Amino acid sequence: MNVWLEILLKLVVAIVVVFVAAFVVMFAELKVSAHMQSRIGPYYCGGRWGWAHVIAEVFKWLQKEDLVPAAADGPVFRSAPMVSVLGMCAVVVVIPLSPTLVAADLDVGIFYALAAGAVSTVAILMAGWSSGNKFSLMGGLRAGAQLIAYELPLVLAVVGVVIQAGTMSMVGIVEAQTQPVFHLGSVGIPLPYVLQGQIVGFVIFMIAALAELVRIPFDMPVAESELVMGYLTEYTGIRFTMFLLAEYGGMVVMSAIASVLFLGGYYFPGLDVEWFGPFVLLGKALVLTFVIIWFRWTWPRFREDQLQSLAWRWLVPLALVNIAVTATLKVLL
Amino acid sequence: MTGPDRSPLDLARGEAAVSVELQTPEMTLNIGPQHPSTHGVLRLVATVDGERVNKIEPVIGYMHRGYEKLVEVRTYTQITALVNRIDWISGFANEIPFIVAAERLMGVEPPERAQYIRVILSELSRISNHLVFLCSFPSELGAPTPLMYAMRERERVMDLIEGVTGGRFHPNFNRIGGVRPAAGGGAKQRTVSQDLPAGFITGTRRAMDAVRGVCDDLEGLVLGNEIVQQRTIGIGILPAARAVEYGVSGPNLRASGVAFDLRKVDDYLPYDRFDFDVIVGVHGDAYDRCRVRLEEIRQAARIVEQALDSLPAGPLQAKVPRVVKVPRGECYVRAENPKGEMGYHIVSGGGRRPYRVKIRSASFSNLSVLPWLLEGVLIPDIIAILGSLDFVLGDVDR
Repeated sequence: MNVWLEILLKLVVAIVVVFVAAFVVMFAELKVSAHMQSRIGPYYCGGRWGWAHVIAEVFKWLQKEDLVPAAADGPVFRSAPMVSVLGMCAVVVVIPLSPTLVAADLDVGIFYALAAGAVSTVAILMAGWSSGNKFSLMGGLRAGAQLIAYELPLVLAVVGVVIQAGTMSMVGIVEAQTQPVFHLGSVGIPLPYVLQGQIVGFVIFMIAALAELVRIPFDMPVAESELVMGYLTEYTGIRFTMFLLAEYGGMVVMSAIASVLFLGGYYFPGLDVEWFGPFVLLGKALVLTFVIIWFRWTWPRFREDQLQSLAWRWLVPLALVNIAVTATLKVLL
Repeated sequence: MTGPDRSPLDLARGEAAVSVELQTPEMTLNIGPQHPSTHGVLRLVATVDGERVNKIEPVIGYMHRGYEKLVEVRTYTQITALVNRIDWISGFANEIPFIVAAERLMGVEPPERAQYIRVILSELSRISNHLVFLCSFPSELGAPTPLMYAMRERERVMDLIEGVTGGRFHPNFNRIGGVRPAAGGGAKQRTVSQDLPAGFITGTRRAMDAVRGVCDDLEGLVLGNEIVQQRTIGIGILPAARAVEYGVSGPNLRASGVAFDLRKVDDYLPYDRFDFDVIVGVHGDAYDRCRVRLEEIRQAARIVEQALDSLPAGPLQAKVPRVVKVPRGECYVRAENPKGEMGYHIVSGGGRRPYRVKIRSASFSNLSVLPWLLEGVLIPDIIAILGSLDFVLGDVDR
């Protein structure tokens, strides 16, 4: 196949997957939050359950005027939403939907995914700095502080899995989880890493992922009751929509990475990975996404300094202990 | 030769070179008047150093409607329609001190039944006000869900108030010498609503059970939440002495540990016949202010149920002349409103209109402690402290 055609196809598939997933999660958030709050939620748009509501809403935003404030730093302000979406899309290429359905099975897949995922924070910093608004600036700076706080536990939590699997390739990590851990008679029982002692790593990873996604309880950069809308304050129309798509797409992507690392990825006992793999992975990712939504509508937000103390006093030491224990056991067993 | 002007950043850079401490320039952050968490149009001019607030200056007056002047050109019967707009979250309670002051000047004693109905509706508006607090305070901390639960049960209370008075926010139900609904619904309404509507007593009892239920829910969801505790315990501590100095009243004062409740101290309504506790906090922080309000809902429900049990029969209106004229004199009556002490000082020149009315509103005095309370806190704590004080800008500016 022509190499350019292949790249184009992979790009289109990645973007379509992310955007469709973002739409599904946005709709889920509307409906789940409604039921958690004893409301009905979207109802009229579309046939049943108001399923077309999100589509209508995105089209509504697309028609809005695209405002760039006079005090804003134009080029940075305009490019920030694109950087945000790009950072999220770049992660998708290494997520294996099945052993073969992966855009690029890099040897350093998880390393690449974490690095590319952190780009979205740069977008937030850009948006906050360039908006020419003090509330946006505060939001951007909070995001910068947050990056330092959670990125370390996020990476350290992954190290445990990497040690256990002996590879940084995303496919390799999933394959390692399909190997039987013990035998029940003649049947080999494989276990995902979350059941193989990486439960601490999983919890740390999810907490840090919440901070990376700027979701409650760590949504201080947005904090609508304090900073109006944080770094999003000055954004309207299509650029606002792009930030929103990046947020919801990012939720799916982070959940998918967590599923690959800790929950066995596309593998489910008894199901053919080639055919059912994509659905299994998306199913696992959506369960984690639901948990993220659940947190959002249950908890208030932390203060910025409380996140710092949580990250440095609890998550980082815990993750280091986790690495030490995992490495020791790997050598001993 | 002084050289070019230096920006604060340059100066800070120079200082950083000599001192180990990192200096950052201050920034003026204008919070409000249009801001999601200022309960209307409060403006806070904050001088911040990063997230830390060095100095804060509240600017009020964006909602000044001149009520004290307006009431000078209206008759006493017209004024009740105005005063319940001062603090619109608890409209009925606003009418009480004014109407009691006018009655005292005239020497009119309203019948028992009317007084009991006033007690019931005052306590219902207290429940409604505190439920609004319990929905807005968590949502300012970032938890949007308790809002819906509190609002759902508050709607029952609002339905009760509407059923009796015909108005949800602005009941306009008190008359000099008693209570009486506005005759807005024509002849039929006039005959039907001369007294409490059918089913009011059973409906109120059911609503009180529901309110207690949501109080239990919110106690677990809000007060029991680890993050809420981290955000509010030890935040915005208002010592009792400081609270008294600034004239802070109501739940904010009681949260600081001062057991002062005008329902126990004064006799503007027959509260001495009901058994209820004055809820007192210990530390005077944002958490205590929230907890005191939650407990007060339960106490208010107790009062309502006792008043329903012993509701006397009889007329709703004492004999008053058709044209209300208040004799010469002056009178100050204060009441324990949901937000604190609300009082009206009426000076009557002996006519159909007051000569001068001074309104003492709870939120104004409660807010005066703000610059002291907010000095040196973090920006997220501004919002937590503001929310915990429970004010309404209409009540501040009047």
